[in-house]
Amino acid sequence: MLMSIRADHSTVQKTPDSVKGRAELALNNEFLRRAVKFTTERLKSGKLAAAEEHGNWEEWRERGRQIRLHTIAHLDYYLEQFVNNARAHGVHVHFASDAKEAVQLTMRIAKEKQAKSAVKSKSMVSEELHINHALEEEGIEAIETDLGEYIIQLAHETPSHIIIPAIHKNRHQIAELLSKEAGEDLPPDTAVLAGFVRKKLREKFLEADIGMTGCNFAIAETGSMVLFENEGNGRMVSTVPKTQITFMGMERIIPTLDDLEVMATLLPRSATGQRLTVYMSVLSGPRRAADADGPEEMHIIILDNGRSLQLGDTHFQELLNCIRCGACLNACPVYRHIGGHAYGGVYSGPIGAVLTPALNKNMAEWDDIASASSLCGACYEACPVKIPLHDMLVYLRHRKVEAGRGEQAEKMGMQGFRFIMSDAKRLKMIAKLGRWVQKPFVRDGKITTQIGPLKGWNAYRHLPSLPSETFREQWKQLEQELHASGRPTVHEEIRARMEKLVAARNQSDHMHAGDMARSSDLQAASRLKAAEGERRDER
Amino acid sequence: MKVSLFITCISDVVYPRVAAAIVKLLNRYGIEVDVPDIQTCCGQPAFNSGYWDEARASASTILDAFEASDFVVAPSGSCTGMIHHYYEELFKDDRVRLAQAIRLKEKTYEFTQFLVQVLGIKDVGAEFPHKVTYHPSCHGTRLLGIKEEPRELLSHVRGLELIALPHQEDCCGFGGTFAVKMSAISGAMVEEKADHVLVTEAEVLVGLDMGCLMNIGGHLEYRGEPVRIMHVAELLEEGVRRAHEH
Repeated sequence: MLMSIRADHSTVQKTPDSVKGRAELALNNEFLRRAVKFTTERLKSGKLAAAEEHGNWEEWRERGRQIRLHTIAHLDYYLEQFVNNARAHGVHVHFASDAKEAVQLTMRIAKEKQAKSAVKSKSMVSEELHINHALEEEGIEAIETDLGEYIIQLAHETPSHIIIPAIHKNRHQIAELLSKEAGEDLPPDTAVLAGFVRKKLREKFLEADIGMTGCNFAIAETGSMVLFENEGNGRMVSTVPKTQITFMGMERIIPTLDDLEVMATLLPRSATGQRLTVYMSVLSGPRRAADADGPEEMHIIILDNGRSLQLGDTHFQELLNCIRCGACLNACPVYRHIGGHAYGGVYSGPIGAVLTPALNKNMAEWDDIASASSLCGACYEACPVKIPLHDMLVYLRHRKVEAGRGEQAEKMGMQGFRFIMSDAKRLKMIAKLGRWVQKPFVRDGKITTQIGPLKGWNAYRHLPSLPSETFREQWKQLEQELHASGRPTVHEEIRARMEKLVAARNQSDHMHAGDMARSSDLQAASRLKAAEGERRDER
Repeated sequence: MKVSLFITCISDVVYPRVAAAIVKLLNRYGIEVDVPDIQTCCGQPAFNSGYWDEARASASTILDAFEASDFVVAPSGSCTGMIHHYYEELFKDDRVRLAQAIRLKEKTYEFTQFLVQVLGIKDVGAEFPHKVTYHPSCHGTRLLGIKEEPRELLSHVRGLELIALPHQEDCCGFGGTFAVKMSAISGAMVEEKADHVLVTEAEVLVGLDMGCLMNIGGHLEYRGEPVRIMHVAELLEEGVRRAHEH
C-alpha cells in the first residue's frame, strides 16, 4: 500500500492508518491548509468562469456523459477497435491485468533496450504501478518531467492532487527543495524556480532511453493516443527518446475523433479553467520515415488493475466515465481542509474516496474513506461527466455494513434508531426521556458538556436543549386555536393551482408506461410500470 | 384537498417552532394542515450510514403516514431530498413500498417550493427590518434544485436587508453522523462557514434546514457570536405577525 513519506526527513513519522488520523494530521498543518485552499479556490472559480463563458456548458456536460456511458457500455468493442488500429500503426499493444504485470512488461522492455534512464510525463496510472520505484531498483533512473511531479519526486512524496501533484506545497517550501537540488540558494520566485527545473530537465530529455507517458484519451477509430499537458514536457517525452511506453487505463477510450472535441472542451475547462490545454498531442504510432521526430518504437500498456470489477455494477460502473480532471477535488469542502494525502490512496478527493475502494475490491482497509464526506454533492455538481459520486459514497457505506464490517458502536446506535423510529409512540417516549436526562446538563437552553456521544459535536459547537414540548405535543392545542381563530377560505387562484397539479399528477399516473419508455429514463419507466401493476393489484 | 405536514424528526423534537410557523402561515391562506401522527423520520441518518434495513423501518412510517395526502410539505430540503432522490433505491426490491415511494415523491415539496411553485405565493406580506444572510443548504440546492424560491420570498419581505453570504455554496460540515464521526473535519468546515457568516455582519442567519442551522448556530454560539438562526418559515411567520401589529 502506498503511504506518503513526510517531506522533512529529520522528523519522519509513521502515517496514521485511518483517514481520521491522517485528516487530523493535515488539519494541524497550517501551511498545507493554506496552500490547498488557495489553489483549489483559484481552480474552482476558474472552472466556473470557463463554464459560464462556454455558454452551453450543461448541454456539453450531458453530451460528455453520454459519450462516456456509451463507450463504457461497449468497452469490449471499442477496445478491440482501438487495439487493431494502433497495431496497424506499428504500436506494440500489451494488456496488463494488474500493476505487477504492467511493471513486468515495462521492465522487460527496459532491459531489452538496455535502458539507463527514463523520462516521464505526468501519469496517474503510473502512480498505481509505483513504476519509478521498480525502475530504480533495477538501476534505471526515472525522472518526472512535469514540474509538480518533479517537485514531489524530490520531496519523496506522492501526488496529493490528480492534476496539481504539489498542491500542498507553497513556493517557499518548493524553493527550499529545489535549492537543495541546485546546490545553491534559489529565491522563492516562480520564474527562477521553473527556469532552474527547465534547464535541469533539458539534459535529462536528451540522455533518456525511454519516454514514459500516461494517456488522457485513446481514440478507437484512429488507433491514436491523446496527451493533454501545459508544459510541453509531454511532447519532449514522446519525441526525443527512442522508445516510448504509454500507460493507459483500459477505460480511457473514446470512439471517434469527433468525441475528442467534446473531451478537449470539458477536460481543460473543468481542470484549470483553460479553454484549451496548451499542448494536445494526438499520437498515432511510432515515427514514420518522413517524420522529423518521434520514437522508433512505441508501446502501449493497457491496464485493468481493478477497473473491470466495475463493469456491470449498476452502482459503480459510471466510475469508469471519469476523465481525471480533478474538478471534484477542487469543489470538495473536505478536500480543501485535509488535502490529498489524508485519503491514503493514489487518487484523492471525492473520486479517490470512491475509486480507491472500488479498484481494490472494496477491501476492509479502505472502508473508512467513504466516511470522510458530508455528502454535500459538490463533487457531482462539478463533474463534467456527471458521475454521482455523492450517491456512490452512500453505496460504499452500505456495502461495508452489508459485508458485516460496520463498527460495533454505530451498529448499536442504528439498532436504537430503528427501535425508536419504527414507531411514533416510541419517538414520543424517547423525547420525554431525553428532556429528563438532559436536565443536569442544560445551561441557558443549551448543552456544552463534552461527554459520550456529545464529545465530537460539542468540541466545536453548543447543542440546543430539547424544548418542553415536541411539536406533536403542541399540535392538538395549536389546531384548536387555529380552528377557533376562523380560517379564511382558500383563494380561488390558489385552489385552482392545486387542483391543476393534482389533476396533472393523476393523468401522468395513468399514462401508459409504454409512453414513458420513450423518455430517457428507462429505469424510471420500468419502476412506474411496476407501480402501476401494484396499484391494479390493490384495486 | 389534503395538505399534510411532514414534521421531520428534528423539527418535531428540537425545533417545534419551525413546524408551528408553517402551519400558522398556511392557515392564513385558508389551508388546513393535517399532521399524521404515525410519521417519524425520513430514515436518512441510517441510510447515509449504510444501514438500509434500519432506514426502511423508519421510512415506512413516512410512506404510510401520507398515503391519503394530496400534498406533503416539509421544513427541510434534506428530508425532502431523501424522499425524492433515495426512496426508490431504498425500496427497489419491494413492489408495494416502491409504488408508495413513487406516489409520495410526486406530492412532496420542501416548504419554499410549496409556497412558490404550488401555491404561487411570493409575497406573504411580511415585515422584518433586520440584516439577514441566507445559507443555501446542499441537499435542497443540489438534490431538489431549489435556488430562486427562498430568495424570491425573502426579497418581498419589507425592511429586510439580504446580504450575500460569501462562498454560500460550500457545505457547512453538518452531514448528519459525519459531524460526530469525522468531528475534526466537520469542525474545520463549520468554522469556515461561520467566518463567512460573520463577514456579512448579519443579525440573522436564515436557511431551509434546521440540521445545518443547528450546526452553524451551535458553532457561532460556541464562539460567543450572537447571530440568530431562523428557518425561512419562521422568519416569514414572525414577519407577517409584525406587519399585522401595525
